[in-house]
Amino acid sequence: MTKLSRNKIFIIFFSLVLLLLFFLVKNKYITPSNESNQVTINVYNWGNHISDGSSKYLNVNAEFERRTGIKVNYTTYQDNESLYTKIMSSGTKYDVIVPSDYMVAKFIEKNMLKKLDFKKIPNASTIDEEFLNPSYDVKNEYSVPYTWGVVGIFYNKNLVDEAPEDIDWDILWNPKYKGRIMMFENSPRDVFGISLMKLGLSINTKNPKELEMAAVEMAKQKPLIKGYVSDQVFDKIGIGEAALAPYYTDAYIVTSGVENVGLVIPKSSTNMFVNALCIPENSNHPEEAMEYINFICDIEIATENIKHVGYCTPQRAVREKLNPLVSQNKELYPDKEVLAKSHVYENLPDEVNSLMNDLWLKTRVSGNESSQKFIFVFSMLFLIYISLLVFKIIKKRKENCT
Amino acid sequence: MKKRIVLSPYLMWSVFFIISPLSLIFLFAFTNVDGNFTVSNLKNVFIYSDVFLASVWLGIISTAICLFAGYPLAYCVSRTKPRIQKILITLIAMPMWMNLLLKTYAWVTILEDNGLINKLISFFGIERLTMMNTPGAVIFGMVYSFVTYMILPIYSVLIKTDKNIIEAAQDLGANQREIFFKITLPLSVPGIISGISMVFIPSVSTFVFSRMLGGGTNLLIADIIDMQFLGSAYNPRLGSAISLVLMALVFIFMGIINSFDENKAEKTMIAL
Amino acid sequence: MLIFLYLPIAILIIFSFNSSKSRALWSGFTLDWYKMLFSDKEILEAIQNTLIVASVASILSTIIGTAAAIGILKLKKWPQKIVMGITNLPMVNPEIVTAISFMLLFMFVQKTTGLLEQGIFTLILSHTTFCLPYVILSVLPRLKQINFNTYEAALDLGCTPLMAFWEIILRDIGPGVITGALMAFTLSIDDFVVSYFTSGATQTLSISIYSMSRRSISPEINALSTILFSLILILLLIVNSREGKEKKEKKQINKSSSM
Repeated sequence: MTKLSRNKIFIIFFSLVLLLLFFLVKNKYITPSNESNQVTINVYNWGNHISDGSSKYLNVNAEFERRTGIKVNYTTYQDNESLYTKIMSSGTKYDVIVPSDYMVAKFIEKNMLKKLDFKKIPNASTIDEEFLNPSYDVKNEYSVPYTWGVVGIFYNKNLVDEAPEDIDWDILWNPKYKGRIMMFENSPRDVFGISLMKLGLSINTKNPKELEMAAVEMAKQKPLIKGYVSDQVFDKIGIGEAALAPYYTDAYIVTSGVENVGLVIPKSSTNMFVNALCIPENSNHPEEAMEYINFICDIEIATENIKHVGYCTPQRAVREKLNPLVSQNKELYPDKEVLAKSHVYENLPDEVNSLMNDLWLKTRVSGNESSQKFIFVFSMLFLIYISLLVFKIIKKRKENCT
Repeated sequence: MKKRIVLSPYLMWSVFFIISPLSLIFLFAFTNVDGNFTVSNLKNVFIYSDVFLASVWLGIISTAICLFAGYPLAYCVSRTKPRIQKILITLIAMPMWMNLLLKTYAWVTILEDNGLINKLISFFGIERLTMMNTPGAVIFGMVYSFVTYMILPIYSVLIKTDKNIIEAAQDLGANQREIFFKITLPLSVPGIISGISMVFIPSVSTFVFSRMLGGGTNLLIADIIDMQFLGSAYNPRLGSAISLVLMALVFIFMGIINSFDENKAEKTMIAL
Repeated sequence: MLIFLYLPIAILIIFSFNSSKSRALWSGFTLDWYKMLFSDKEILEAIQNTLIVASVASILSTIIGTAAAIGILKLKKWPQKIVMGITNLPMVNPEIVTAISFMLLFMFVQKTTGLLEQGIFTLILSHTTFCLPYVILSVLPRLKQINFNTYEAALDLGCTPLMAFWEIILRDIGPGVITGALMAFTLSIDDFVVSYFTSGATQTLSISIYSMSRRSISPEINALSTILFSLILILLLIVNSREGKEKKEKKQINKSSSM
């Protein structure tokens, strides 16, 4: 290649780099950084779990940055276990995390949370008292409830003909809906929980036999399942990709105007969850993190936020401000009798968790018919390989002879 | 003395970032939590032998499809005029530069039950097909994303084939078929081999497609490794052991495949 | 075949102008998603991180890799074989194994020394590492064609080694170096698996697309891919047309310059 072309490519490449640099610099200017040493807090939250400006409601993080000058680096996870393992294995230092009930208990047990200074979080006083001193944080030292809800069954009204009052957990085992049932899997516990509730057992069982019974149920259910998903449930049910899916109760179905999606809280029993704001022990900026938590608990902010997030609020003052269609909805804010029958996940010992994981993986891996086909094809390939080798050797010998 | 100076940064870099991380995998795979030597991690890998079989199986299928689709294409392109060749190859290579996740996501919107294909065929009154969340969808994703890695090496070997040999064969009275099977195909073996390895290795070790197109019902090795490191089954030691087995599998595979070719496939990789 | 290759890209582009969020129904033309894209701080930051990592990693790997290639060429046979073997390792190794090995390394270093918290820095380190072999392998073939006598002659004529290197060697291996740098840059931008395991709390484009795809993807991403695709298209067109012109001038086909 001539010198000319090289120079030209050089010029193109460098102009590209310059363009990129310009882009970067421009970006830096857009974000105001008047403070010389600006603090950035790492917030690690569930997916779709904050008002981010994608709807008509307030962009909570942007508002926080505007008011305080503290920058928020906001990232998301799909399940409690990923949150835990990410912190364990990558050593990333987060400042605010939002684990659920049993995971809060696990973090506390492993000394991985900072005690909160409630003097710095005055807005925490607006939390309803039934959410104070919960079983996972008995002394109410480490966590501030953020959202709560129960697990319900969502269904597409055009595809499911059972009456809502007849829908219970066992419908997820109904062969009629083969290939149209989606299971949500934020954690193996969710899948186990539903099988255990179908069997009428406790979702917090530590008995290996009961867990194995649940695993048998899961294996029975697997052929009917369209997919194990996490946050895509609404997306899929709304457009008819799936007929049935258990998921967290979410005001989305009331507010979005989607008419073909129904929601049932199974009468037998259900799981209740609380997601709570916490500060990890190794946080670099606990002061700013508490400021953030306090900001999130502000009634005005929380109202905007909950309107977008859709889960239930632990603050009565916020609930009163919501659309009555939401705040009076019996599925979203169930009656005391329903709540009395619902159970919160408890933190289980490590060996029970690992048994559960093993059983869950076995269920997911099993029923793969491909292994037999594989062995057949593999042996064929191996035969071909051997025969080629033999062929080659013979050929070489012939060449040597001549 | 000069070669020391220019090489030393790279040598240091590779000791730090290639050799020591790999030794850490060995270390983790062969120790337990207390730091003692153990083989129990490796033993536990056999729980997942089904997953290994399934992954290798999917990898073989997608590699085979890539080969049978890619070879004729590369062959046709190499037969066209140089100008058109250039355009065609650029066109084939371009999607490779797009973000893999974006392309895969686009396939989700096409393949799902209410996606474009089903919309189209239901328009003609055909009952809709379930394509998402099947092993077929996973294979499809792999073929789509990796077929270029098959076409390019084969093509680059094919255009280097000495035209004189073919002309000589023609002069000696060989027909098209004979020329293809006796000259072109054997000469393009290095390209096929590097193509196969460039498709097979990423296919057995990806979790993008099983997640996005397989709906989590078809677990592959990479899913299991991910689960051990960042997922629910947190156990880096078992994860390291699984990776070690995967690595061994790949190296055995490379050994077998390279034995077909005396000139080593690496050369064509360099030519790329 | 080309239709098959371009169908998803075409879909992404078409639906980036769709006025509803639906992924299968066309409901009118709009440019809203582009507007939203340029005001979405999360995505902009991810783009910014991706570009920083890609440019730093490609520059670093180009410098180290080119130097290494020169060194490797001058090595004796056995050391050369060993070094090349190490170089090939990250290429042959499945990506996920490379990724978790980085993760283990950073975790290990952090536990023992408290340094190397996962973030943009670890991303740059790991990206540089997996780009290095590609740079070396694209520079080496060119180096082999060089006549080092010219370099020696330049030295004899009074050039400093650095000047001689700049004037003689780099001039000849330039295209190889640029190919290597471009390859490193695109590999780094496209990378998902390695970033996924080593990014800590830093978002790169691939990671944010992945985490979005596990919920529901906003059409902003379609807009983004349209922009990216047109950038690539323009770049390739420029490179190709320049090459074409030159060929006419030189009337000589140079195969190795084709990317």
